[in-house]
Amino acid sequence: MASHSNEPQVTVLPPDKAKIKKLWTVAGILGAVTAVEFLIAFVLPHGPLKTAIFVALTIVKAAYIVLEFMHLKYEVKVLFWSILIPMIFVVWMLVAFVYEGMKLPVLP
Amino acid sequence: MAQAAAATAEKDLWNGGVSPMGASYGKLMMWFFLLSDAFTFSGLLITYGLVRAAHPAFEGLPDAFVFSPEHWPIPEKVFEAIPFFHGVAAPLVFVGIMTFILIMSSVTMVLAVEAGHRMDRKAVEKWMLWTIVGGITFLACQAWEWTHFIVGTDTPTLIKDFVFVNGEGQWITKEVFGANLKINQYGPQSFADFFFFITGFHGFHVFSGVLLNFLIYYNTVTGVYERRGYYEMVEKVGLYWHFVDLVWVFVFTFFYLV
Repeated sequence: MASHSNEPQVTVLPPDKAKIKKLWTVAGILGAVTAVEFLIAFVLPHGPLKTAIFVALTIVKAAYIVLEFMHLKYEVKVLFWSILIPMIFVVWMLVAFVYEGMKLPVLP
Repeated sequence: MAQAAAATAEKDLWNGGVSPMGASYGKLMMWFFLLSDAFTFSGLLITYGLVRAAHPAFEGLPDAFVFSPEHWPIPEKVFEAIPFFHGVAAPLVFVGIMTFILIMSSVTMVLAVEAGHRMDRKAVEKWMLWTIVGGITFLACQAWEWTHFIVGTDTPTLIKDFVFVNGEGQWITKEVFGANLKINQYGPQSFADFFFFITGFHGFHVFSGVLLNFLIYYNTVTGVYERRGYYEMVEKVGLYWHFVDLVWVFVFTFFYLV
């Protein structure tokens, strides 16, 4: 035992069952939403409605990943908003650029 | 004396005594790095949207779709191959599997973080190893996907090209198989360029993620974090790994589905 005297005493806590169950639930939701997207890709005809559904489902998936897996929901509010508010620029850029793209003359 | 030492240790927590935004320096910087990386990926995906909106879409029923540089391709007509089933049309199945693999590796990562909170070294090792396996599987799938995209379909696309022969310009018809940064059988050249740049940039992130995950696994096995008394590095690299998954969710929608 003398050679181990420098090793730290580590207390291993038992697994947090409720937390682990929640993580698997989130994984199930992500898988299910992907499956739904996959179905919609073949059921609905191409158009603005289909795109809107895809965008909505993607935001649902992104929210689960960022809030639960990346734990942002449980961080301090200042950190939460410091990450989310700058995303406004992305939305602005998206709207502006795609709008401009639709006005461009047909490219060869 | 002991009190003074305790006070210094307290104060050192970012030098002001209180850690800003309730997060450690490393974790906060990881968040802001990921924010800047999100802007980079947004730039790529939004430019894809701009260029796509500037091209005409295919007019007509999806069944009648043909590859042509005249219109933007329908993604599910381009990505419909799966390994070992040559010639079988299985649209979007392979990218669906890839998405599933990445989601699963995100779950194993978050389970490694949970095990780290409990100082459970064996569990961290197990889940980190699964995460690395998931990452490598995804990269292998992407290598196959790229190879298929570059080699092309069995039948070529006929593309008209204007060339100069002995100083005189003339129109010729070329048979084009597959795509690279110079030719593209699937549609306009920019479609292939965006495919390589967007999935390539994401794939490089996955590759770096696998390296970082391996580093964390190595340090866990050698007991670095156990001696340190906490497994925060698992959490920080975990944030990066979830971000890579997050980006793929967007690439999946905007490149493959829409």
